[in-house]
Amino acid sequence: MTQPMTLADTPAQARPANEALASSGKSSRVRKEALMEIRRVSKRFDEVLAVDDVNLTIRRGEIFALLGGSGSGKSTLLRILAGFEKPSEGQILLEGQDISRTPPYERAINMMFQSYALFPHMTVAENIAFGLKQDKLSKAEIRERVAEMLKLVHMEGFAKRKPHQLSGGQRQRVALARSLAKRPSLLLLDEPMGALDKKLRTEMQLEVVEILERVGVTCIMVTHDQEEAMTMADRVAIMSDGWIVQVGSPMDVYESPANRMVAEFVGTVNLFAGEIVVDEADHCIIDSPELGRRIRIDHGISTPADERGVWVAVRPEKTLLSRERPEGDFNWTAGTVEDIAYLGGLSVYFVRTEQGHLVKVSLANTTRRSERPSWGDAVYIHWDERSAVVLRD
Amino acid sequence: MPALTSQRLRRWLKPRRGWVIAVPLLWLTLFFLLPFGIVLKISLSEAAIAIPPYSSMVDFGAETLSLVVTFGNYLFLMSDSLYVSAYWGSLKIAFVSTLACLLIGYPMAYAMARAPAHWQLVLLLLVMLPSWTSFLIRVYAWMGILSNNGLINNTLLWLGLIDSPIRMMNTNFAVILGIVYAYLPFMVLPLYANLTRLDGSLLEAASDLGSRSVNTFLRVTLPLSKGGIIAGSMLVFIPAVGEYVIPELLGGPDTLMIGKVLWEEFFNNRDWPVASALAMVMLALLLIPIALFHRYQSRELKE
Amino acid sequence: MRKPSFTTVMLILGLLFLYLPMLILVIYSFNASRLVTVWAGFSGHWYIELFRDQQILDAVWSSLRIAFFSASMAVCLGTLAAFVMVRFGRFRGKTALSSMITAPLVMPEVITGLSLLLLFVHMAQLIGWPADRGMVTIWIAHTTFCSAYVAVVVSSRLREVDLSLEEAAMDLGAPPVKTFFQITLPVISPALAAGWLLAFTLSLDDLVIASFVSGPGATTLPMVVFSSVRLGVSPKINALATLIILAVSLATFLAWYFMRRSEAKRRQAMQLAMQEA
Repeated sequence: MTQPMTLADTPAQARPANEALASSGKSSRVRKEALMEIRRVSKRFDEVLAVDDVNLTIRRGEIFALLGGSGSGKSTLLRILAGFEKPSEGQILLEGQDISRTPPYERAINMMFQSYALFPHMTVAENIAFGLKQDKLSKAEIRERVAEMLKLVHMEGFAKRKPHQLSGGQRQRVALARSLAKRPSLLLLDEPMGALDKKLRTEMQLEVVEILERVGVTCIMVTHDQEEAMTMADRVAIMSDGWIVQVGSPMDVYESPANRMVAEFVGTVNLFAGEIVVDEADHCIIDSPELGRRIRIDHGISTPADERGVWVAVRPEKTLLSRERPEGDFNWTAGTVEDIAYLGGLSVYFVRTEQGHLVKVSLANTTRRSERPSWGDAVYIHWDERSAVVLRD
Repeated sequence: MPALTSQRLRRWLKPRRGWVIAVPLLWLTLFFLLPFGIVLKISLSEAAIAIPPYSSMVDFGAETLSLVVTFGNYLFLMSDSLYVSAYWGSLKIAFVSTLACLLIGYPMAYAMARAPAHWQLVLLLLVMLPSWTSFLIRVYAWMGILSNNGLINNTLLWLGLIDSPIRMMNTNFAVILGIVYAYLPFMVLPLYANLTRLDGSLLEAASDLGSRSVNTFLRVTLPLSKGGIIAGSMLVFIPAVGEYVIPELLGGPDTLMIGKVLWEEFFNNRDWPVASALAMVMLALLLIPIALFHRYQSRELKE
Repeated sequence: MRKPSFTTVMLILGLLFLYLPMLILVIYSFNASRLVTVWAGFSGHWYIELFRDQQILDAVWSSLRIAFFSASMAVCLGTLAAFVMVRFGRFRGKTALSSMITAPLVMPEVITGLSLLLLFVHMAQLIGWPADRGMVTIWIAHTTFCSAYVAVVVSSRLREVDLSLEEAAMDLGAPPVKTFFQITLPVISPALAAGWLLAFTLSLDDLVIASFVSGPGATTLPMVVFSSVRLGVSPKINALATLIILAVSLATFLAWYFMRRSEAKRRQAMQLAMQEA
């Protein structure tokens, strides 16, 4: 294993400009102080490492997303934080206290389950009151808090209903209210939109964020849906094979992926294998037989001499399409349009290059119908020297 | 402070978990497993005219501890053809009854699983209801039907189809009929449970791929319901081997079944060691079927 | 009209096979004649006889008591066993426990009965208890084999219950024991009721095991019925059989009716919620 710690805590390339952009409103409440620290946590099931030496710092007030495919260990990590699994190694500190061995019912952490796990034999109000009753709050206090929570999630008229008398979206609101009722210092969301259909999902994403903002609770969510993570979270951690590959703002992970895996997992990307031939302070040049041409990038990457082989990644929306041959000797190739996927807002062109590679180019459909390249047309693809990112495996 | 509470709590909980496991485990060990050990022990001791009617294995005679183990009871079982043929008869009758149950029960379960959803519960209740009434009374019902002056013979005589009553009571046929009647619900239940889980689209896929219905049944349905067939068959076969009530009420003098022999050995001859040996041998014979059933059952429970 | 399939015909024939003998029992319970096989006019005479038979009434009472206590204890033990099997992950003795839960389902009754009797005799010799065999020993025997049935019924329900319900309760601050009583038990309560009823009927019905482990003091209903039936057909037993069949049918019908009603209500509520949304 290399050191995931450096990978996880320092984004490959710090870009202050991105930070400023990312903090548009929702991260204004995020303070720099740490609420939770996860230190070298590992979890082994029968000698299979589900979570592998994870280090993370969660800041007070932020919405943090663990993003990864199935089997990436994100759910196990969440269950460790909730207390349902004990870490095989490592420590979890919540407000400076080690809670690694604290049972779930003694943690100031609450969770909203993927299936919502609403108690079927209790009404909405009883569900919300359940956690408060465990804390032995007075009846009046419980009543007041339940009313407050129902108001928060706009479910005032449903207090007496049973869970099976609610629609999917309403169940989610109740589940959220129940997990917020105890005013936890940390809220965990397990695939919060997993049980909803697509249309409701986008609607609820914004509503849930709005509620979380209003309460001001720190939140860790687990999701396999990158769009969901990007929409809801202030910071995202990409998990794969039990460890954290990259942590950063949604823009960081999209625009400056730490490696090839992240680039491919978050959004789509065109990759070209190549070898570094020039590496100066202000630019570098990569020889890519796959492109049939050299690639020029606007900054140096100071790689050791024995690691010359790299990947160059260009996002489809930053890959440009033209009928005329681009100027210069870098960053372009010729090909023919093999397929076009019309997606409404944008179209994706699949261009087969002369070297036999399939490159994706997306074009925004800004006009209704216009003169565009069509199937079988000979085209050129090219990109700006600021658009490409150099990656390793 | 929280760390301290949690530590105390864990210490308090750990043995708790153990206790929760221990209660059912101890009860079943004491009242289910241990008794078999005692049966084994008594089967190895000699009969005696005493209370209880067997000699103790361990004796403190003349200041020496003597351990008397005798395999005489087992040798006795081997040598007497009565016992051997009783075992053989039990296995034969249980096998034939199980087969008959399967042949009747499978189509029933299949029809139930294919019935409209709102009918399925009603049909299931209808099949199971008899088993919730009295077993004894259901066997008894056949006595009035099968006997020489019973319903069937009376009807046939009245219709003039026969001149003298056919002997049906006190035959092996009556015993098999009784077992099939009593145990049929236990065959249908696991088969039905298995067949409802069978994905209908598998059958559609098979016919879509050009398979005819008989072929689909043999190649898809039957192999997939193997678990249900095994469970149902074991639920009938194993208890049927040791059945006492049915051969006692419906069987005749030539019906030799081991459950009945054991009962008589125990209650009439008061020969506890021989009865114990009979039970042990029966258990040994049934060990493989029981293991088979257990394997299926635990797989079922894991799903 | 469509020709009914072979399996449908078999189902109908199978149900006739199951119900005709019981129907005949019921019909002949109203026969005036002592000869069960000859119809001699309608009469409720045998029911009056039945209710005058003190031995049968006593046996009914002891059987009901034994069945009640056996079923109740079996539900406790069986639920505990099912919970341990389904929710406790791996532990030492799990294979032993699972074997001891499934084996009683098929174990021939003569073996169970004999082995339990020998255990009680041994215990009496060793520790002086149970001094007399009777209600208590039958109760222990019935509890043991009934709890296996309860465990099977409850564990199959428990497996369907979303584990996150219990996790949610703990997450909200309820310790394990509290979670078990406040969440798990209420959620599986229909299975507990089903298990109790099954155990109750099994205990009521058992002849062989009770015959082995009972003593002079305790005679259960099946024992009385058996000793009478052994001597041949008796119309009084037909009357008793009719009452048993009637009681079971009524209970089954009620169970079915309430299940159907609550299911319909549930579906309606769900539809309503969907329409609102």
